Amino acid sequence: MSLAAMTPPAASEPVLEMRDVDMRFVLGGLVGKHTTLRALSGISLKLTPGRALALVGESGSGKSTCARMLARVYEPASGEISFRGTDVATLTGKALTDYRAQVQMIFQDPFGSLNPTQTIGYILERPLRLHRPGLNGAEVRAESEALLAQVGLVPAAEFLKRRPHELSGGQRQRVAIARALSVNPTVLLADEPTSMLDVSVRLGILNLLEDLKREKNLAALYITHDIATARYFAEETAVMYAGHLVEQGPSQAITDQPRHPYTQLLIAAVPNPKNKITGAAVRRAADIPLWTAESRGCPFAPRCPRATDICREIMPDPTLVGDGHTARCHHL
Amino acid sequence: MSDAPLIEVRNLTVDYVGANSVSRAVNGIDFDIRPGEAFGLAGESGCGKSTVAFALARLTRLPGLVSGGAVRFMGEDVLSFSAERLRRYRWSEVSFVFQSAMNALNPVIKVSEQIEDAILAHRPRASRAETLARAAELFELVGISPRRLDDYPHQFSGGMRQRICIAMALALEPRLIIMDEPTTALDVVVQRDIIEQICELKARFGFSVLFITHDLGLMIEFCDRIGVMYAGELVEVAPASAILTAPQHPYTRALGRSFPPLSGPRFRLEGIAGSPPSLSALPEGCRFSPRCGEAIPVCVRLAPELRPTPATGGEAACHLLQ
Repeated sequence: MSLAAMTPPAASEPVLEMRDVDMRFVLGGLVGKHTTLRALSGISLKLTPGRALALVGESGSGKSTCARMLARVYEPASGEISFRGTDVATLTGKALTDYRAQVQMIFQDPFGSLNPTQTIGYILERPLRLHRPGLNGAEVRAESEALLAQVGLVPAAEFLKRRPHELSGGQRQRVAIARALSVNPTVLLADEPTSMLDVSVRLGILNLLEDLKREKNLAALYITHDIATARYFAEETAVMYAGHLVEQGPSQAITDQPRHPYTQLLIAAVPNPKNKITGAAVRRAADIPLWTAESRGCPFAPRCPRATDICREIMPDPTLVGDGHTARCHHL
Repeated sequence: MSDAPLIEVRNLTVDYVGANSVSRAVNGIDFDIRPGEAFGLAGESGCGKSTVAFALARLTRLPGLVSGGAVRFMGEDVLSFSAERLRRYRWSEVSFVFQSAMNALNPVIKVSEQIEDAILAHRPRASRAETLARAAELFELVGISPRRLDDYPHQFSGGMRQRICIAMALALEPRLIIMDEPTTALDVVVQRDIIEQICELKARFGFSVLFITHDLGLMIEFCDRIGVMYAGELVEVAPASAILTAPQHPYTRALGRSFPPLSGPRFRLEGIAGSPPSLSALPEGCRFSPRCGEAIPVCVRLAPELRPTPATGGEAACHLLQ
């Protein structure tokens, strides 16, 4: 079945969905001595056209693993990822190629994600030739120029001739976005797209992604550790800890009324120019626990000020705490 | 805080010398750092913040060249220090914490040895027992168990490695610690812990800090005063709180508008259009004028000078403020 033949979903319907997805990695090579890391535990997410979902959490919480699973880099250990109702794991051949075009990734490091030996023209031409073989040479060139203009790199003809090292970090990230757009995707997976860029450039990239999301009705996954930009760009935010979703809801509700103790910790740690640092230092940081097959309960319990015995035994189900706002905690 | 400055920077100029060209990375800047004060340098990448920090520690190396001005440390001219005086100046009077703790520590030497090395280099008569005791004390200060002294850098997390770098910077009780993006590579919760730790140590030992970060929110929270740099020049110096509440220079205002807030309504921010000028093709007049939404004809002809701004008790360089 070709994906293009399927009817596009109504605006409110998710285009890409993770249902109760688990992911495991085996650590250590010795037979009988390895540990199974549960990188993701029961993740359910929905990406909707024209909207962005932000995934926030500390390094190692499983954010990038989620994006890679959606891009079908890894197969889920259990659970299902569905694209417009079709289980992604069943896709093969032409349908899989179509899926790969429909779901595009933008990476953190625009220095590493563009081939330094090729011109921008070549970098944009490759996906066009692979995924849109109907285009002739002149059309490919016209399309490349249109893409560059769309991401604000003008005069486009000038940029086509350049190589990545001749561009600034922000310009490179714009090229990476143009490359992702070249195959007319419906889903953008942006993994920390601004964290390596300068502050003034950051906002420009976020605004560009915002415009593209609206104009092209793209469904976006925005991975970040910066909860303020999550709130700025994404309508919805999901907070991850040790491979679990601990809180999810409208971005504004998450930052204004965080309910999970981990979300509260994260938000309290964000630099706030309205405060002045006072008092004695308290240690809040801790390593994220290695979540294995034997691990039980809530992964945040060892760090949590509210933890009780039940937290060390059972991970609670999501509780509705507001309009479309859920949190997984025994002590809400 | 006494009135006599710890560090005085006067008309400091730093050039980068190319084969047939010279780029002026820092163009005649003036500021003071007072005893016990945290002074921040803010600005976009390439504005010269780190170049200033390196010049203060006399770490500028070719193709960089301090080509003019003066740096005075407690009244002494740092730029004319002899090799012997410079040796005492570096680390025991002014120490450095760099952004990348991974690269600042030697991966094949135990951290205890690295701390002891720094002490022994400046206190050659110290005994092994003394240096070891000091290393343990420093570990305690930054909140790491001294049991881990004999571990190697890779056995520590990123945040702990940065704590070890801070411990090393404290080893000889310097008067000034230069911190160049000390928490940029770290998670937000770790960053919060470390910045609070630095505050606590600063209150306890009374050292001054020159703080460099691109995170304006963090800088305002941590620093007492902030200097905003643009294309190698200081455009505004003001108390930290005024940078947010009463920014005088259009660039300071634009920088403030580049950070999405964590509260209030969600609305589109425009940030700063365009990018900073190349040092080899600087605009006439005010260097910010091509990107400034408020520029008037004089801005493109004449470079403004820093003038006192009564509203903040600081200084700003803008024609609109006269």
